[in-house]
Amino acid sequence: MSADSALLERLRDGSEEAFGEVVDRYGPAMLRVATLYVRDRSLAQEIVQDAWVNVLRGLDRFEGRSSLRTWIFVILGNCARRRAQREQRTIPFADPHEPSLDASVDPDHFFPATHPRWPGAWSTIVEDWRTLPQDHLASAQATAAFRAAIAELPARYAVVITLRDIEDWSADEVCTLLDISAENQRVLLHRARARIRSSLVEYFGSQAE
Amino acid sequence: MIQSEPLSCSEIVELVTEYLEGSMQPGRRLGFEEHVAICPPCRNYFDQFRQTVELGKKIEEDELPPDVRDALVDVFRDWRKDIR
Repeated sequence: MSADSALLERLRDGSEEAFGEVVDRYGPAMLRVATLYVRDRSLAQEIVQDAWVNVLRGLDRFEGRSSLRTWIFVILGNCARRRAQREQRTIPFADPHEPSLDASVDPDHFFPATHPRWPGAWSTIVEDWRTLPQDHLASAQATAAFRAAIAELPARYAVVITLRDIEDWSADEVCTLLDISAENQRVLLHRARARIRSSLVEYFGSQAE
Repeated sequence: MIQSEPLSCSEIVELVTEYLEGSMQPGRRLGFEEHVAICPPCRNYFDQFRQTVELGKKIEEDELPPDVRDALVDVFRDWRKDIR
């Protein structure tokens, strides 16, 4: 928090250099998160600008009860949700064409819970990724498939997995940011990861054909 | 003695993040580990899941496009004009 307060001091003094530092540190993730809410690059850029206007105006009120980063992203989230609502571009929570996010794996992949011999056991093959070529999972295409799959998720799920897994935020920080319980955070994260996994299974499957 | 909780494959797949986050009750944790140890498809699923998480952690953040960054510096200069 002390690195934060030194930076804050300089920001409040109007140091453009300090501003450059925070923008380079948080700007890319802010743009990415804003894009998850509105799915439109230029709108997302406006949201990020809007957020900075509010951050700068609020600098004097910032008391350091959360980290500077969390505070900036709370403001960003508010701007993004407001804007998404106005533009009505948020992805509908339940798209009828999408398989439900409720189950990590399509229930058809298991024997029913009432099965006499294998209740709830896998009825389908689960590929062994350890046999994939080494560079396969680390490839630019796999990364692109990962990003494309995130873009398909409802905003809340997309934001949680982006912050936790790509940006490496802690669970606590994400809970504070989104004002959700630890349990809720874990469920959103798990379902997002499960969905990305399914997308990667499809992607690797299509590569093998 | 911890009593291990019996879990089916369809339950295991819902619990991987809870397991990875280290937030499981001991009995359930033991049940999870025992199941995955003896069930090849669940072991593969667990590995896929972990590799998915790893892949996410490897994604690098791009820098801001210069025009976006410039626009933000303008926001900053406007604000500074106001406070001085």
